[in-house]
Amino acid sequence: MTLSPASVPRFARGMRLREDPARGRWVVVGPERLFVPDEIALEVLRLLDGARGVDAIVDDLAARYHAPREAIAADVLALLDDLQAKGVVTA
Amino acid sequence: MTAPPPPLGLLAELTHRCPLRCPYCSNPVELSRASAELDAATWGRVFREAAALGVLQLHLSGGEPAARRDLPEIVAHAASAGLYSNLITSGVTLDAERLRALAAAGLDHVQLSVQDAEAGSADRIGGLRGGHARKLDFARAVEAAGLPLTLNAVVHRQNLDRLGGLIDLALELGAGRLEVAHVQYYGWALRNRDALLPSRAQLDAATRTVTEARERLRGRLVIDYVVPDYHAKRPKACMGGWGRSFIAVSPAGRALPCHAAESLPGFDFPDVREHSLAWIWTESEAFQRFRGTGWMPEPCRGCEHKERDWGGCRCQAFALTGDTAATDPACAHSPHHHLLDLAVQDAAVAGVEFTYREMGAATAG
Repeated sequence: MTLSPASVPRFARGMRLREDPARGRWVVVGPERLFVPDEIALEVLRLLDGARGVDAIVDDLAARYHAPREAIAADVLALLDDLQAKGVVTA
Repeated sequence: MTAPPPPLGLLAELTHRCPLRCPYCSNPVELSRASAELDAATWGRVFREAAALGVLQLHLSGGEPAARRDLPEIVAHAASAGLYSNLITSGVTLDAERLRALAAAGLDHVQLSVQDAEAGSADRIGGLRGGHARKLDFARAVEAAGLPLTLNAVVHRQNLDRLGGLIDLALELGAGRLEVAHVQYYGWALRNRDALLPSRAQLDAATRTVTEARERLRGRLVIDYVVPDYHAKRPKACMGGWGRSFIAVSPAGRALPCHAAESLPGFDFPDVREHSLAWIWTESEAFQRFRGTGWMPEPCRGCEHKERDWGGCRCQAFALTGDTAATDPACAHSPHHHLLDLAVQDAAVAGVEFTYREMGAATAG
């Protein structure tokens, strides 16, 4: 199950993005797991709504950060692929 | 002493009652009676205090947590406290209707234990005829209720050769995650060590099976797997270090740095009915005793790994050396490390009979 620009990624069942107020950060909690996304990963995870595709996520980030679209696309796909292998994201 | 980091996880052992009799049960050999159990309202207060301290994840365990008729109320307390709730269950007493009630109360995740990939062997290990078939029905109900499922397979000499079958079972049941947990040898499991310890050849084959399956099932099934202590050179950071990230509360309300800590002598573990969780975490003697590195003897004291493994498991150190503050014998630097090899050799020529877990057996063995 390789992710493509047309994929629509979403959180895997049981994975939730939430604030961790005691430590001043955002985390993804799941079954006996905890992921602490870095700034970029957090931006991507906040855009996962089960409707927006990888292409739309890349458009959004490229516009907001005024960055080349190809570079953003490669980073986003690599990030989502890693999160999929860890069971955080599914598509 | 500086304030400890906030705890991340809370294990709520709701009861010691359980329909299974697994010979490696992690409950203490001295089991609590139902009459001593905390009520749901007290659990609710403990959950709110835990969330305020920084706990994010709650594990509802036992015994069998579904032995509590008020489990939906307890789950609702967890949800309103904002904790991620994980039900750790044997699955043999929960039907679809009760499961739906738990989902409606806000349950986040289910972890189902299985004893083997084959019904006959699984029922023998769990000590309950027909148990395995009921677990399979329960797993399907979890899927139907839309809840995420982790399969937990406790492995040892008598089922490790069917690890491939356990991986297939996890896929068949729609689990997103499989936890392959080697038996840890204290309490009941220590009594049954000769019947449970795997051989090195078995372990190496299992590790190859996991490595191959992880690659093949990437993106479909996450497999958690840790090499067991008796074949390791380095100890594990048990519970992430004593009093560093984890609190367990026993059915009778004792707060523990590890769910097995009541096997250690010389402690007066604080009672959640008498103290706040914040006091227990920061002030109680029990949580401070092995926190950090100041308590360590040699060879831990001068070791470069001391802030990685935190000296290993206190329960294992005590069980094998008689000294709660000794370096965990799982470490190759421990003067007692040879005891592990001797145990593996003894087990290789031992039989397969179990001493099953039961109430009131503490003095019988």
